[in-house]
Amino acid sequence: MGRRPSGAAAITIANEMTFQWDWGFAFQALPSLLRGLVFTLEATFFGSLLAFTLGLVWAVVRLAEVPVASQVIRLWVEFLRGTPLLIQLYFLFFIFPSYGVTLPALETGILGLGIYFSAYASEVYRAGIEGVPRGQWEAALALGLPLRRMWGRIVLPQAMRFAVPVFGNYVIGMFKESAILSTISVLELIGQANIVSAETARYVEPLTMAALIFLVISYPAARLVRLLEARLSAG
Amino acid sequence: MLDSDVQPPDVTRSSTGSTLLRMRDLTMRYGSRTVIDSLSLDVKPAEKLAIIGPSGSGKTTILRLAMGLERPSAGTIWIDGQYLWHVERNGATIPAGDSQARRARRAVGMVFQQFNLFPHMTALQNVAEPLVHVLHMSRKDARERAVDLLSRVGLSTHLDHRPAQMSGGQQQRVAIARSLALRPKLMLFDEVTSALDPELVGEVLRVIRDLAHTTSMAMMIVTHEITFAGDIADRVVVFDHGRIVEEGAPEVVLRRPQSPRTQQFLKAILER
Repeated sequence: MGRRPSGAAAITIANEMTFQWDWGFAFQALPSLLRGLVFTLEATFFGSLLAFTLGLVWAVVRLAEVPVASQVIRLWVEFLRGTPLLIQLYFLFFIFPSYGVTLPALETGILGLGIYFSAYASEVYRAGIEGVPRGQWEAALALGLPLRRMWGRIVLPQAMRFAVPVFGNYVIGMFKESAILSTISVLELIGQANIVSAETARYVEPLTMAALIFLVISYPAARLVRLLEARLSAG
Repeated sequence: MLDSDVQPPDVTRSSTGSTLLRMRDLTMRYGSRTVIDSLSLDVKPAEKLAIIGPSGSGKTTILRLAMGLERPSAGTIWIDGQYLWHVERNGATIPAGDSQARRARRAVGMVFQQFNLFPHMTALQNVAEPLVHVLHMSRKDARERAVDLLSRVGLSTHLDHRPAQMSGGQQQRVAIARSLALRPKLMLFDEVTSALDPELVGEVLRVIRDLAHTTSMAMMIVTHEITFAGDIADRVVVFDHGRIVEEGAPEVVLRRPQSPRTQQFLKAILER
């Protein structure tokens, strides 16, 4: 209780210092931030690749009704969707090393993002696959197409028309979510912004510039995805 | 015109003389509903069989069973030398799995009511696809053969059209070409004109009629086009409640039906 007033006073003092946006400093921070952006993009790219590959595996195993495996995958996907990404990352980064599994921070981050998003990707694949009309399966069966071709040539290409625009949005989502990798010491965009802030004790410029960089990339990307969506649905 | 394209059924090789398809005591139940009720039916090589009957009588189901799209609740299906869902071992007929069905299906082709063309492929690709991936033809040979088949159904100008760019009648003709490509010994036609606008029915029936008259392929045709059935069928089978209520030559079954159920059904159709 006794400490409250002095705390309040400190805040008052801080508010009385008028903040001045410093363009020079903002641009000074840019090279560091762009170095961070490279890691952000790297994490997004490889994370997406991993997510969409694993997601396909989860979806096909589940839908093919492989005994036991389908059940296990179902629980696994529920686990991934039902727990925070942050906790999954902590497991990979802090807990697994004590069992002898050690990966560099960026690789751990890519693994974490990829696995986490694979659960969502698998649901998209599943919806896409289930959206393929029954008649398509039956035509493929009647023609005697081998199972591999049935999936590869008939079902998945049609499922992808549904999945691709959604995946576009997921990539953008992952791009932004990758900021969380700063918590496991990956020096991506936000990690870099934090360093600059800590070194200079100025938070507003680096974080604002980081946010702007996110926006400059994600906004056109979102427009692009919408365009793609329109084109695909037009046939 | 088409007969050069379809191999004559090898009657001598088949162990039961002149039977291509043999269905014995087939029963198909969905839950508590019995759709096919201990039905037996044979089809001879090159025979053209028309199946008619009220909706819900099991006509479509019998085709789906012959194609192996569904596994019967009971009974056996034997096609061109082997069982669909059974194998013979030490003289006994024992249930078998998908791989046996996959082999046996090779003798059968099917044309569906809703065409079921692959929407992401052109007409040409639709026909060439099974040639490449089932018959393992080279892309070039498959293409040649697909062009040939499509021109036979009158679509040589639509090779690069996608299903969405074609009329229902055109799509159905592509579907027929696609099934023909694999040279089945038995072709199944499941109400292939039911989903078509009336003015497009003729072009599809013409193609089938031409096939029926020029090939030695056996056919099972489920249809509501009674005149068409009478024209091309060697035998007409009337279904009701999952059973055969009458069968025989078209001029008998369609002109002087014996069963009251057939009489009722034909009357209802003609009064349409």
